[in-house]
Amino acid sequence: MSLQESAPLSIAVGYNKNGDHPPVELNTQIAFRNFNFHYGKFHALKNINLDIYHSHVTAFIGPSGCGKSTLLRAINRIYDLYPDQRADGELLLDGKNVLDKGIDINHLRARVGMVFQKPTPFPMAIYDNIAFGVNLQERLSRTEMDDRVEWALRKAALWDEVKGILKQSGMSLSGGQQQRLCIARGIAVKPEVLLLDEPTSALDPISTMRIEELISELKQDFTIVIVTHNMQQAARISDYTAYMYLGEMIEYGVTDQIFIKPQKKATEDYITGRFG
Amino acid sequence: MTSNDHSFKRYDQELEEIRTRVLQMGGLVELQIHDAIKALSEFDLVEMERVDKNDHRVNADEVEIDQACALIIARRQPTAIDLRMLMGISKIVTDLERSGDKAALIARKAKVILAEGKMRIPCIADIREIGEMAVGLLRTALNAFARQDAVSAAAIVREDLEIDRKFQAITRQLITFIMEDPRMISISFEVMFIAKAVERIGDHAKNIAEQIIYITRGTDVRHVSFDQLEREAQGTDGQE
Repeated sequence: MSLQESAPLSIAVGYNKNGDHPPVELNTQIAFRNFNFHYGKFHALKNINLDIYHSHVTAFIGPSGCGKSTLLRAINRIYDLYPDQRADGELLLDGKNVLDKGIDINHLRARVGMVFQKPTPFPMAIYDNIAFGVNLQERLSRTEMDDRVEWALRKAALWDEVKGILKQSGMSLSGGQQQRLCIARGIAVKPEVLLLDEPTSALDPISTMRIEELISELKQDFTIVIVTHNMQQAARISDYTAYMYLGEMIEYGVTDQIFIKPQKKATEDYITGRFG
Repeated sequence: MTSNDHSFKRYDQELEEIRTRVLQMGGLVELQIHDAIKALSEFDLVEMERVDKNDHRVNADEVEIDQACALIIARRQPTAIDLRMLMGISKIVTDLERSGDKAALIARKAKVILAEGKMRIPCIADIREIGEMAVGLLRTALNAFARQDAVSAAAIVREDLEIDRKFQAITRQLITFIMEDPRMISISFEVMFIAKAVERIGDHAKNIAEQIIYITRGTDVRHVSFDQLEREAQGTDGQE
């Protein structure tokens, strides 16, 4: 469902977590329309209709197996790697259906970056981790590439820690640093969308906090979608939350509203721990 | 309304304990008010002193319940209905404690009247009447809290207006007494304070009712029109 259908007007005009709520116009970057997904015969996502907005963080929450990671991974068509996984319906990125056969997958994945639960630095120098993806997309001079690497590492709040060791392997960093390196790598190609699949569940509380701060700073320039098992995290950093269960979208709304006064009993049962 | 048990049984118990303690505190406050007015009517000094002394138990309840709420918030990070319940309870116990203060004030004023040797208290029948109304309103509020009943809560807000009207009537009567006989000034002032204290108890019951609507419906009705409050209490915009 789109926010405009499910919530009163005062919420639909937009609300951000900076503590002020001017009437921000909501810009739909991603839209699911009658979206279905199958793993072989298993109907994993059922008729999803959802708008995801630019400059906001949208969280998908729900119990294990509800389809939230499936939904996330559909956005950059990473399921294409597996032959018996298929999507039907529409998944619109800026109005164009990314499920169409004619879509340039590599270009899609440059526009839609992804960070996984377990940090996945390439087994190469920190500098090269960042430069690798950029090189696939753009022809940059040495100076331009240096600038881009620095920009990405600054944006990911990692520059000060690694500026002296750019030739060191990415794998030599701590878990939290590796994850920030993956985020830097993701944003270096200047995507429009960032998909984060439980980005902090393998990290300690302080690293988690730093990455949450980072997400709050980054969202101005991106559309961010995050899957998380940690409800408090969803409450802290997301602007909109979608609660999913057994492949269906149960409720979608402004995060603060969902956590104080959810519309559906099923949602309330889940977020208050009465589920199951 | 969420009625299932938490996956964490201990969490359920903690919430239940706090709700029970609120009702116990409310019961104590009701008794204090009732006893204070009875002591006043019957010139019972022993009762007056007992009510005054007992107020420390009401104060202790407020502190303990607020502390219990803070512990749950720290431990459980409650959301939705649980969060609203704890926020509401914290405010409800403030209103209960203030009501307890009013009962102690009535008892102290009664002691002053007794000490001045006054044998006749003007408007005492009216004081007893609004006293009973206020205690009744508080009891209704506590029942509505126990049952999580927003509709009953909304009715309390309306009934508080009746107490306000009766208080105005008492004020006018006391002014008449003073005009007829200036020697009535001193006792009339004491009675006025007592009537005002009872009127404030009605207001506290109304505040509790507003919190019950917030807890059950999720809408803050503290500063809205009465019609809107009633609509929220009956609301069909609640959960599906």
